[in-house]
Amino acid sequence: MTFDQILFYVFSFWFIASSLAMIFSRNAAKAVLFLILSFFSAASIWILLEAEFLAITLILVYVGAVMVLFLFVIKMLNIDKSTLRAKFAGYLPLGLIVAAIIIAEMTLVLGGNQFGLDVVAAPARHAADYSNITVLAMQLYTTYVYPFELAAVLLLIAIIAAITLVHRNELNRKKQSISEQVNVQAKDRVRLVSINSPNKENK
Amino acid sequence: MIKSIKKIVKDFTLSELRGGLKITAKELINKKITVQFPEERTPISPRFRGLHALRRYPNGEERCIACKLCEAVCPANAITIESEMRDDGTRRTTQYDIDLFKCIFCGFCEEACPVDAIVETQIFEYAFVGSRDGNDNIKGQFGSVITKDQLLEVGDKNKKMIDQTKLEDSKYK
Amino acid sequence: MGLWQSFVEVVHELIPWFDGSIATILIILIKAMALVMPLMLVVAYFTYAERKVIGYMQLRIGPNRVGPKGWLQPIADALKLMTKEIIFPTKANIYLFLLAPILAIAPAIAVWAVIPFDEGIYVTNLDISLLYVLAIGSIGVYGIILAGWASNSKYPLLGALRSASLLVSYEIVIGFALVTVVMIAGSVNLNVIVEAQKGSILHWYWVPLFPMMIVFFISALVETNRAPFDVVEGESEIVGGTHVEYSGMTFAVFFLAEYANMILMAVLAVVMFFGGWHSPFEGIPYMESAFSWVPGIIWLLAKTSFFMFLYLWVRATFPRFRYDQIMRLSWKVFLPFTIVWIFVVALMTQLHIGPWF
Repeated sequence: MTFDQILFYVFSFWFIASSLAMIFSRNAAKAVLFLILSFFSAASIWILLEAEFLAITLILVYVGAVMVLFLFVIKMLNIDKSTLRAKFAGYLPLGLIVAAIIIAEMTLVLGGNQFGLDVVAAPARHAADYSNITVLAMQLYTTYVYPFELAAVLLLIAIIAAITLVHRNELNRKKQSISEQVNVQAKDRVRLVSINSPNKENK
Repeated sequence: MIKSIKKIVKDFTLSELRGGLKITAKELINKKITVQFPEERTPISPRFRGLHALRRYPNGEERCIACKLCEAVCPANAITIESEMRDDGTRRTTQYDIDLFKCIFCGFCEEACPVDAIVETQIFEYAFVGSRDGNDNIKGQFGSVITKDQLLEVGDKNKKMIDQTKLEDSKYK
Repeated sequence: MGLWQSFVEVVHELIPWFDGSIATILIILIKAMALVMPLMLVVAYFTYAERKVIGYMQLRIGPNRVGPKGWLQPIADALKLMTKEIIFPTKANIYLFLLAPILAIAPAIAVWAVIPFDEGIYVTNLDISLLYVLAIGSIGVYGIILAGWASNSKYPLLGALRSASLLVSYEIVIGFALVTVVMIAGSVNLNVIVEAQKGSILHWYWVPLFPMMIVFFISALVETNRAPFDVVEGESEIVGGTHVEYSGMTFAVFFLAEYANMILMAVLAVVMFFGGWHSPFEGIPYMESAFSWVPGIIWLLAKTSFFMFLYLWVRATFPRFRYDQIMRLSWKVFLPFTIVWIFVVALMTQLHIGPWF
């Protein structure tokens, strides 16, 4: 067994173990942490496959930003476990059926008979100066430039939609205008008035 | 319009921030004014009101005649005095306690005293050891309530300093 | 380097198991120790420098009691923190409570693996080192968030919430500010970026990207929770933020992580905008040969020290920002500004202006 294989099995074990732990964890914060661990294991396996750009992007986007927001939301939520448990039995059969269908589909599509070493050849090792990111950028900005731009536009639309949804009741809401506060000058707030004091005349 | 352009230029060139940074940079190389306390000391006025002391006459007789004027004048009720007649017919204190937690170091007791017995010295670095009554195992230390013997001891130990400060201040009385 | 090569060969010969994997791991470990040990020492004396510099700026003297001129103060601090008791809040989640400082310090040190200190002196030469720095650097926030959540206490939670939202916002600004550098250098490899700034002090990227450098530095202040953006700690509002419940060594680990991150941001600013290991006298006729004996790592450290000093200078000068104003600064000022500057840089690259493109 080569060192690469040992690493692959270690990371795969952690990937599966942390994914299971994420599902079975009762504590939401712990579940998020296990999800982060499984992301890391996936990223490590991708690095073994020389897809380091994808691996780093996975960590940067999902671990660095998305999961932070997940944790952020979990802190705000007050999950009532008793109501969740009350409906558990009712949903169990349906859930089991859906899970069974998904597992069957995934074994058919992603199983060993589709992706074994005898079906797909092992990826060729590249030289040390081979730049993964350059090749990826070339592909994205030449062959796939229109899908790439379309995806960007789609994301932009999603952002605008989300912001509009939040700002629906803008007009009748009281809020501070921070720009106004920051740009305020002393002369806007303080008015110096000269008043004739009676004592002044006596002096 | 011109005003707002001016404001934008001022904001983006960080002019106000640079002004602040300039001040701190100037202070960085200025001469420091910290007094290194245990080694260096600032001058203390002869009227400084620090730890109390009871004085004696040159012949060794204690000055305090238990007139209780200090007890009466004390705004914080920090002084407790008990007295009785001694064998030679003079009135002396048997108890002269000052609660240093209550004391506000106003100096009224010193001013009220007709025989200059109770004084406030320049001593300000002292510590209470133990609780209210002090720890008997440590000699020369006192608790938060300082007794007559301890006050006299302070006076004896610092006689020179007390005489000196009283002499310096006497010109202005 | 000759000595190092022969050492590597000897290690490979001595330990032939796993086709040299163990030897490789050993060499990596030695390299890592050679990086981490000086780093921790620098962190310790950075705290001393901070107290001294801020003291001087406030007309004080700073620590001067432990050792000559206070030089042993950091060691005394470390000893004190190590011998102190670690207190666990009764209702805290102890596993996460202990995991939080580890999650804070591990990325803060791991990021240093790709920093080039001189030509050929680095722990690893990753092709996407800049992305690695951003990715691993963004993990550090979990330490703070978990500390806030696991403490099961009000103020740490408030601090953690602030830190989470701030870091996510400023991660974007930092990313955009650094994209301009990547656009000019044409690579995300830090070694290549430094190499591309060869020439003279005017070839460094601070000239065309001066506004981006300012934006990067200010965002770095936010990312490392430093004054005037230290709302995560906010002593006067939320006591000590995420650190409230931490004591002894667990607190010290957070402290180490914060300062390691500060130094990292300073090094990153030097590598991206100030020519890394290149001498500032390059290209000046007589000065270049006069200073050619100085190794590049000295220049890098000197420039880094300047940025580290800037951290302290800023902390001594400015009062703390209000939380929502920091948010406004990110989304309404820095983000549009960096996007505009990306277009300016793209234009400059296309028109081949100056010596940079």
